[in-house]
Amino acid sequence: MSRNNGNSKNPLHGLWALTNRDLKKWYKNPIILMLGIIQPIIWMSLLGKAMNLGAIFTSNSISFPQINPPLSIPQQIQIGQWLSNVASSAMQNTFGTADYFSYMAVGMMSFVVMFTAMFSGMSMVFDRRLGFLNKVLSTPVARGSILMAKILSAVIRALVQATIVLGIAYVLGLSVGANFTLLNLLGVYAALFLISMGLSSIFILIAIRSTRQETQMAVVNLLNLPLMFASNALFPASLMPDWLQTITKINPVTYATDATRQLILYTVDMHQLAIDFLFLGAFAVVFSTIGIVLSWRYLSK
Amino acid sequence: MNGDAIVVEDLTKVFNKNLVAVDHVNFTVKGGEIFGFLGPNGAGKTTTINMLITILRPTEGSAVVCNHDITKDANGVRDCIGVVPQEYTADEDLTGIENVMLCADLYGIPRDESKKRAEELLELVELTKFKDKQVATYSGGMRRRLELACGLINRPHVFFLDEPTLGLDVQTRAATWNYIKLLKKEFGMTIFMTTHYLEEADMLCDRVAIIDHGKIIASGAPNDLKESLGGDIMTLRIQDGNADISDLVKKVPKVKEVKKQDGTYRIKVVDGEETAPTIIDAVRAEGHKVTRLSLTKPTLDEVYLEYTGRSIREEEESKEGFAAQRMAMRKARGARAMGGHP
Repeated sequence: MSRNNGNSKNPLHGLWALTNRDLKKWYKNPIILMLGIIQPIIWMSLLGKAMNLGAIFTSNSISFPQINPPLSIPQQIQIGQWLSNVASSAMQNTFGTADYFSYMAVGMMSFVVMFTAMFSGMSMVFDRRLGFLNKVLSTPVARGSILMAKILSAVIRALVQATIVLGIAYVLGLSVGANFTLLNLLGVYAALFLISMGLSSIFILIAIRSTRQETQMAVVNLLNLPLMFASNALFPASLMPDWLQTITKINPVTYATDATRQLILYTVDMHQLAIDFLFLGAFAVVFSTIGIVLSWRYLSK
Repeated sequence: MNGDAIVVEDLTKVFNKNLVAVDHVNFTVKGGEIFGFLGPNGAGKTTTINMLITILRPTEGSAVVCNHDITKDANGVRDCIGVVPQEYTADEDLTGIENVMLCADLYGIPRDESKKRAEELLELVELTKFKDKQVATYSGGMRRRLELACGLINRPHVFFLDEPTLGLDVQTRAATWNYIKLLKKEFGMTIFMTTHYLEEADMLCDRVAIIDHGKIIASGAPNDLKESLGGDIMTLRIQDGNADISDLVKKVPKVKEVKKQDGTYRIKVVDGEETAPTIIDAVRAEGHKVTRLSLTKPTLDEVYLEYTGRSIREEEESKEGFAAQRMAMRKARGARAMGGHP
């Protein structure tokens, strides 16, 4: 046997092969895919539809027993009309859109991306446990590629799931803003790409030396609620207490959600959108770079 | 391959600053030979192999694998070795061929070339029929063969096998041995394997090294090691119980020691098969009639016992104790995780 490989090798060889392996494991198991999508659907249909905040301000939900003589029917209709105007303007001012469902459905895209990224560390743990990682480490594939493949597959999975969630949200009644174009959609993907890259880098870094999936689970459980609720994904940060607002300002989920919401629901504020992308870009670049640098040192023991 | 395939000098691995897993180990593996690495569980076999295949950094010392230094030129080593790890590492969700192609991609082998090689190798390990089946449906023996195919995809100079027959049934073990012999014979491949099946090492390996507590305590060809124990044991009985032929037998070349016990002679002899007829001829020449004869060769078991102070069977029996030890070792390895992560 003579060897005739190795001379003209692409330094990124193996990157796509490893990414594709993780993706195959994912799409060959439709149950995992389904579970990843069902959860945001449950959130959307329960929280998004149940919390019909606009309905609080209707004549049906407010009664006027103390008023004497009782209001005539036309007067009631008039007040009802006025109330619903107040309601939609309150909704508009608070959520930027008249219906809460649209508001939180877009937040759900950040949510699904966040969850996919969080569990990306798990596959690293399993690869180490099952010896697959050792086999890969004994081949000339670049250490950075091993980590990048994990990040890349998490990003692709996240984007596909976010697309499905967006599609379902649209079916369930998401009302897209008047200025929505294809370019906006590209912007949405760019924002989701950056946040999933940054988040999955963090969670893969946590898993880089770990052989215990329990630890990973604990970290995911610890971080998912703060990441979710200390952001504007479900509720506007501007209405939160000051200390919580400070946290939302460093939470990347806030920026991803703000960017996607501007692009899908609102009229884009270029200045704010630039800040969002700047933050998300820095977040993604910093953590994936740390990941690649540390993979050289810490992937092998 | 000519010259030395692996040269190991003072190779040392210390986990957590106090657990010495491999302690200044020195050995050389010649090109084209099958080298067996023997030792009890937890002796440092896998740690050594992991350093040689560049997935574990040595604390001290160095090793050169096919002329590449394992620390200074790790990628050079990785390019010319093939590895079959102890665990089944093939991906259960992928098919056999997908797994082999994945390995090919990790070595950066061009697509048209790797497809050809993958088909050839699957043919070699007799998995062609099952190549499009998910690995989850494979038996243990099929998985082991798939691991072999994956390890051979880059046409390695040096092939590392960590416990290649662990947990396999007798038939699959025999088949694995045949593959290993074939690789050496057909392709002149250097094979480095760890095992704790002594008959396996005895039958397959050109040379072996026995490692215990991280140190190499004996090395050489299996036959030399066995002979270092003093040779074969021949027992002999003659018809005339009163005669004493001890002195007569002692004069035969290669006879080391003769003892008479209850009319039976126990003769320690080098190269038993060749010397036995000479002894019989000598006894007959003096007019004695041989009524009983047996020849036992010392096995590697006895060598192992001699050097490690315990037999391999005791090892098997106290498996639980060793499992605990292994866990401790694994934990020690894991505890160096970054950021205080356990």
